Amino acid sequence: MSEAVFEQVLEHLGGAALDASVTHGTLAVLLEPSGLLEAVRALKDTFGFDMFLDVTAVDWPERQPRFDVVWHFYSTHRRVRVRLKARVPEADATVDSLTGLYGSARYMERECHDMYGIAFRGNDDLRPILLYEGFVGHPLRKDYPKQKEQPLVPYRTSEAPK
Amino acid sequence: MTLQLPNPIRPAFDKGSSDSAVIVNIGPSHPATHGTIQIVAELDGERVVRTDVHCGYLHRGFEKECESHTWHNLIPYVDRLNYCSALINDFAYCEAVEKLMGIEITPRCRHLRTLLSEYSRIADHLTCIAAALMELGAMTAFLYLVTIRDYIYEHLADLTGARVTYSYGRIGGLARDLPEGWLKRLGEILDEMDTFTGRVHGLVDRNRIFIDRTRDIGVISTSEAINWGFTGPILRSTGAARDLRKDTPYLSYAELDFEVPVGIKGDNYDRYYVRMREIDESAHMIRQLMEMLPAGPLCVDDRRCTFPEKTLVYTEIESLINHFKLVMDGPQVPPGEVYSAQEGANGELGFYLVSVGGGTPWKVHCRSPSFVHVGGVHRMLDGYQLADIVPTFGSINMIGGECDR
Amino acid sequence: MTAGAQERRPSAAFEYLTTRKDEFVGWARKFSLFPYPFVTACCAMEFMSVSSTLYDTDRFGAALPRFTPRQSDLLMVVGTVTHKQAPILLKVYEQMCEPKWVIAFGVCATSGGFYQNYAALPGIDKIIPVDLYIPGCPPRPEMVIDGIMKLQDRIARDRHPIINEKF
Repeated sequence: MSEAVFEQVLEHLGGAALDASVTHGTLAVLLEPSGLLEAVRALKDTFGFDMFLDVTAVDWPERQPRFDVVWHFYSTHRRVRVRLKARVPEADATVDSLTGLYGSARYMERECHDMYGIAFRGNDDLRPILLYEGFVGHPLRKDYPKQKEQPLVPYRTSEAPK
Repeated sequence: MTLQLPNPIRPAFDKGSSDSAVIVNIGPSHPATHGTIQIVAELDGERVVRTDVHCGYLHRGFEKECESHTWHNLIPYVDRLNYCSALINDFAYCEAVEKLMGIEITPRCRHLRTLLSEYSRIADHLTCIAAALMELGAMTAFLYLVTIRDYIYEHLADLTGARVTYSYGRIGGLARDLPEGWLKRLGEILDEMDTFTGRVHGLVDRNRIFIDRTRDIGVISTSEAINWGFTGPILRSTGAARDLRKDTPYLSYAELDFEVPVGIKGDNYDRYYVRMREIDESAHMIRQLMEMLPAGPLCVDDRRCTFPEKTLVYTEIESLINHFKLVMDGPQVPPGEVYSAQEGANGELGFYLVSVGGGTPWKVHCRSPSFVHVGGVHRMLDGYQLADIVPTFGSINMIGGECDR
Repeated sequence: MTAGAQERRPSAAFEYLTTRKDEFVGWARKFSLFPYPFVTACCAMEFMSVSSTLYDTDRFGAALPRFTPRQSDLLMVVGTVTHKQAPILLKVYEQMCEPKWVIAFGVCATSGGFYQNYAALPGIDKIIPVDLYIPGCPPRPEMVIDGIMKLQDRIARDRHPIINEKF
């Protein structure tokens, strides 16, 4: 049953799907960043993927374009999942925001922006959510050293007991 | 001498929308925000006009830590995501890695994982309900439920060695098999739990004060809940019978007989009641699994991930090298990516793993239900009273470790 | 005046009374601890367990949590403190009045635990002075009670000189 809806989705996307495969029961489609909003609208309105699960990114520092932005959708009626991917370069790491379609996109896009620096066009609230004001850098990028701390409160220097 | 401290957040609004509005900051060190959530609320008298919910005060860098540990070594980090039901996180992660490696677990392991997932779910629901009731003033109910939860913790400590964060799941199986007498004690605990939850039902269900404080408070409709990403007991309280254990069965859920409790209105009372019913359903599932538990090997006999027997490690060179490679390099997972989701106590707990071959992951991302719920909770807080923030926030069971990862 | 006071040798009766006074003050303080549970993470589960019926902190007088730093004297930092949370912890600590004690509950509060990365504070003693460290991830309730008893011993042994440099 899930294969039928996957075929319909691929047929609808047509040439916009640069690469598609079904792995572990999930359809994974690679798109151009510009074709994202239309594909998601189709998924939501035509094919009933009413729940937006997650947006995250994968950093491939050796590759151009550097980031893979990954979206997951779930259809509560058909009980299947779809993964959309788009590749964005570091210089212009911007994709369209899904806040107009799904409310849950708000916080998840903020997290993706915090961690990787991906900007979401249309989401005007990209304040840090997991990190704090004054944090410089995007920690999940591979070139951010894991132990580089940016303390907000300066450490005590005196070791004398209270 | 004034203390100047930096403000770690930037609130969405710092001026009220009308002259009589007051902006109040709740948290992040607050008894009723369950840890570390900050709610900046604009109030008009007692009515909440709008809220801005801030999380991230417990962001411990889970994903970054995972990238520098082997697939096995990061199981303790995974445990501490939803620390109220730690075993479910273990098993969800191990299942995702097993999918990538193409491993199928043994029947005994599958049944035992299902049993322990339900047991953890009971512990989580007990904690959520106990905390929510305590915040409304029902201290006795808190003490009843935490007593049972303590018996569960001691019982799981007999099995795994730890009370709260177990690190018991292994890729391809579990850490160790059941000790003697464990299942008998399990039956005793479930019976005692029935007594205690019966007492809590008696204290709270038809209590005028409880009904007044929770009925028609924090209402959310099914379509709005799905749009804002709510899953788990919150979505079920709105009336939609959506449960990954029934919709996309995994582990042994297809062989079990259980119902999915749903609410009627999507308010706080429904969320409380759905969780109480889910505790009963989980106990029912555990009793079935206790009968169905097959004998047999626990871990799959695959040297890519399963540690060899200690006696063999000390006598055979192949086992020694296998053990060494598994510890130092980690299990070699073929390149690929997978998104695997299970029904956690709060909703859809998903792991998105990216592997480039080798013993360390390239990316481990946790799709946590609490984070998405915190993103949508303002729909349940706006328009109600200030005092309603406490029961509403308690009913969504925001777990800090899972929300902020 | 103070120099003269230090040279004067107090009588044995005076010393007896001050020792008794110190013991009395120590006894009163150690059995009426008002904890402020600064709860963040997984250790909260063990904190809930240690406060409830099976391992009771009420036996030690330390059960009643005051959820405001102005009214409490024992700051229990339960769970990981991140850099984002650090200003809040410092503010809460500064808002407490003397005498105050700090317990670092769990390894994350003691040293950062196994979160040695950009986000977690490597131990709360980097920003506030700590009196008692309870390691464990999370510590068993018996360890917490043992720790509270050790803190009580230290509170009981405190000397409160009547005449000191602040007189």
